[in-house]
Amino acid sequence: MNWRGWFRRKRRDAEVVQEIELHLAQEFEENVARGMSEEEARRQAYLKFGSPRRVREDLWQQNTWAALENIGRDLRYAVRTLGRTPGFTGMAVLVMALGIGANTALFTVVRSVLLKPLPYKDPDRLVAPCESWKGRVCEDTRGGNAAGSFAEWRKASKSFEQMALSHQWTSYNVSAEGGQLPERVPAGLVSWNMFSTLGVQPALGRDFTAGDDRQGANGTVMLSWGFWKRRFGGDSSIVGKEVFLDAKPYTVIGVMPAWFAYPEAQTQLWAPVYHEIPPRVTESLENHQFDVVARLKSGATMAQALGELDAVQKQIKRENPGAAVKEGVNGRLLLDNLVVDYKTPLYTLLAATGCVLLIACLNVANLLVARSAARRKETAIRAALGGNRWRLIREQITESLVLSAAGGVAGLALAYAGIAWLRVARNDLARAETIHIDGLVVLFVTGITLASGVLAGMIPAFNGGARMLENLQESSRSHCGGHSPTRLRKGLLAAEVGLTVVLLITAGLLLKSYRSLLSTDMGCAVDDVLTMQLRLPEARYKQPVQKAAFFEQLIARVRALPGVEAAGLVTVAPGQGWGGDNLVAVVEHPPLPQGKSLDAMERAADPGYFAAMQIPVLRGRTFTDSERLDHAYVLILNQAAVKRFFSDGENPIGKHLRMDTSGSPQPAFEIVGVVGDTRYSVSDEMRPMMYWPLWGGVNSGVTILVRSTQNVESVALPIQKAIGGLDRDLPVSDVMTMQQVIGKSIVDASFDSTLILVFAVIALALAAVGLYGVLSYLTTQRKSEIGIRIALGAQRSTVLRMMLVNGLAPAWVGLGLGLVGGGFAVRLIRDMLYGVKPLDWSVFAGVTLITLAVSVIACAVPAWGASRLDPMEALRAE
Amino acid sequence: MARGKQVDKSGEMLQGTLDMLVLRTLVTGDAHGHTIAKVIERTSEDVLEVEQGSLYPALHRLEDRGWVSSYWGASENNRKAKFYRLTAAGRKQLVAETSRWRQMARAIGLVMGEDMLSGQ
Repeated sequence: MNWRGWFRRKRRDAEVVQEIELHLAQEFEENVARGMSEEEARRQAYLKFGSPRRVREDLWQQNTWAALENIGRDLRYAVRTLGRTPGFTGMAVLVMALGIGANTALFTVVRSVLLKPLPYKDPDRLVAPCESWKGRVCEDTRGGNAAGSFAEWRKASKSFEQMALSHQWTSYNVSAEGGQLPERVPAGLVSWNMFSTLGVQPALGRDFTAGDDRQGANGTVMLSWGFWKRRFGGDSSIVGKEVFLDAKPYTVIGVMPAWFAYPEAQTQLWAPVYHEIPPRVTESLENHQFDVVARLKSGATMAQALGELDAVQKQIKRENPGAAVKEGVNGRLLLDNLVVDYKTPLYTLLAATGCVLLIACLNVANLLVARSAARRKETAIRAALGGNRWRLIREQITESLVLSAAGGVAGLALAYAGIAWLRVARNDLARAETIHIDGLVVLFVTGITLASGVLAGMIPAFNGGARMLENLQESSRSHCGGHSPTRLRKGLLAAEVGLTVVLLITAGLLLKSYRSLLSTDMGCAVDDVLTMQLRLPEARYKQPVQKAAFFEQLIARVRALPGVEAAGLVTVAPGQGWGGDNLVAVVEHPPLPQGKSLDAMERAADPGYFAAMQIPVLRGRTFTDSERLDHAYVLILNQAAVKRFFSDGENPIGKHLRMDTSGSPQPAFEIVGVVGDTRYSVSDEMRPMMYWPLWGGVNSGVTILVRSTQNVESVALPIQKAIGGLDRDLPVSDVMTMQQVIGKSIVDASFDSTLILVFAVIALALAAVGLYGVLSYLTTQRKSEIGIRIALGAQRSTVLRMMLVNGLAPAWVGLGLGLVGGGFAVRLIRDMLYGVKPLDWSVFAGVTLITLAVSVIACAVPAWGASRLDPMEALRAE
Repeated sequence: MARGKQVDKSGEMLQGTLDMLVLRTLVTGDAHGHTIAKVIERTSEDVLEVEQGSLYPALHRLEDRGWVSSYWGASENNRKAKFYRLTAAGRKQLVAETSRWRQMARAIGLVMGEDMLSGQ
């Protein structure tokens, strides 16, 4: 009753002390006036008053108890009421736990990945500018910039304090030393000022200097903390020592802090970009494979700074109208750029879990409404006897708070397990390493727990007990059953069904999209194919003849291994990604108009590759073994390239292509064959592609592809041994089956669709339980009415139909709402769909059918029960 | 009618009664704890001796229920004292309690008969 008493105990105690003092003083004065001695007067005053301490203690307790007892009583009452219906309670807690747990896990991920600032100095001043084609936002979040343009920007920019360059997709072969195996480690190539631009100091040693970052300087390398610990045992004397990367010497100058992860969490080494990449690439305006990080000056805005770069880039384009030079610059904050691909999926998942929580709340509210309806007589009597209405409402809310608190605790545990799983399952997620539960997340859990508790409690609380007299009248004539809670429950149910339908539609679309990804025709053999990657160190295999000889020997040995049915070599296998492209021109055609260009992805393959991967040779032939080194100016095109470069009916065989890069004149390649299309990425369209002979000796990195009749993974070890036999310092990496390569690239789709499907199924189950509950309740309420109807000769089938129609009404309303809502919701996930239209009729129809089927089943059970009612029994129960 | 000392023994009776007496005292004007105790004693011709240890918890209880309000003021001899004032709710309560008390006293009187009353 008295919360103030609890919080103001201290102050009140001080007041009481003062009151008592005054009282004693007056008593004392009166006694003195009566003629007592001072000592006697004081003694009598105390005697009469009793112990002041005792009074204070009594009062303290009075205030403490009043408050505690109220909470205690409410809680006890709630727990006792809930304990009476363990089934209901368990169900409600489970429902809440699922809702809260899923939300918490997703919130943790969203917060860690999308919202938490990057761990650098003033991260909101870090910008990732990127070159773009006219009127478009930068579509490549990574590697869309040319280093030549970057150099111009750096000269002209006034609003950026610092600008740094980086190049990804690099890895180094760390040579065997001190008895350790050779290994390939992912590396970042950065300009010397990258770390200072980010505002990070090395944990050990020194940063790169401008002197390290140029051609001809001594090789320098920075180690990641993890790599230093693992490979060098955390020995700090490593700084200043030499290591061999791709068989070239590098001096270790420092170690980065343990938390530092740029550009990828997996990056183990950093080397200076201008030292590593030849000038023809770093000076090119057309070679887009770099990232830029720039720090804004204080006071400068991102728009203004990017505007400056845009002007510079436009000027570059005017002076160099080459087709591959981009027209403008825009950009994003570094953080946004890092996570832009995850935004839609993560927010979609969060919205889905939000729906589940909302449904959970509605369901618990629904269950509570049902119970409060059952307890209407009790509530009405209590209200009539002067029970405080607020008190009754408070009881209801306390009850649902107890439920949601239990759900919250269980939900937090669920979320914890969920996040642990997620970190393993989705280590490809940007910033996955930062995902963990912290204080804010716990605060979030507490918040949504309270909110859902109050929401679920509020609905029944304000509905029941409102009209005391009506309730009393109604409860005296039970067959009239209250219509108001039923209407409320039906409304809640319609909302539940609606949300469920939206979730089902989303899940259906994502699932269909995932299925169509899975069944994508890659254009080559996919089953029983093993892939592994290998890179020859430039230092040891300098001459084209050395590379060609090595690869030729290698493939011969692999093909001779038992169990190997076919094997081939290609620089970038289907499904492994973009892997480089080039502008080309057909020599026999007139020059293209200014600004137009032909573009083809480039690959190098051995003569047996197409046969091994079952890629059909449609025209002409594959390479010959003699087309090597200086005689390797031949090309094989895929069908998409032929379609794009030549008119219908024109025979490409014997025609020539020239690489259309500005600068030195390029030799022409003769087209000798046409092969079938393969996909570079599962979810992307087939693109023009050209192959040249691997025996040309230009490329050092290859993917070995092996087809086998037996378990394909069992040939991995023999192949590695064969490689070791040729060069014991060569490590292989990414040993995966073709299925895994494809699976890896669609892990997003599989993950999103599976999770949303799980949420949708939970929602459907909840809605079904809700429908069942409402109709059962309705049946009980109308038992005597139905009994009379049957006694008066109503057909049982009529009763069945009547109850079904009654129960299905909210399902129909919900379905309608859900279909409309789903129509809007799918617009938001359009980007996540592949091979499916957002308004795919089969998904919408399927969801409608499923929802109706589940609703009918959920309603049929109680409706059937009603139609089987024995009228005598029903009426006797009255 | 029972004497004050005997009333002490049945706490429940005293509690309700003491509350009523305090409320009644405040009808004539605001007062602080000591005055209230004195007034009760004097008007009952020293029959009801308020156990002062229970007076203050009673006052706080009445305040919590909203039957009296309090404020700090200066006492007769200019000391800082907490004065209590009867609220509208308190007045209503007093009326209710008084009628209840009258009924009870009448009922007890009827049971005990004239003799006992005159015998006192």
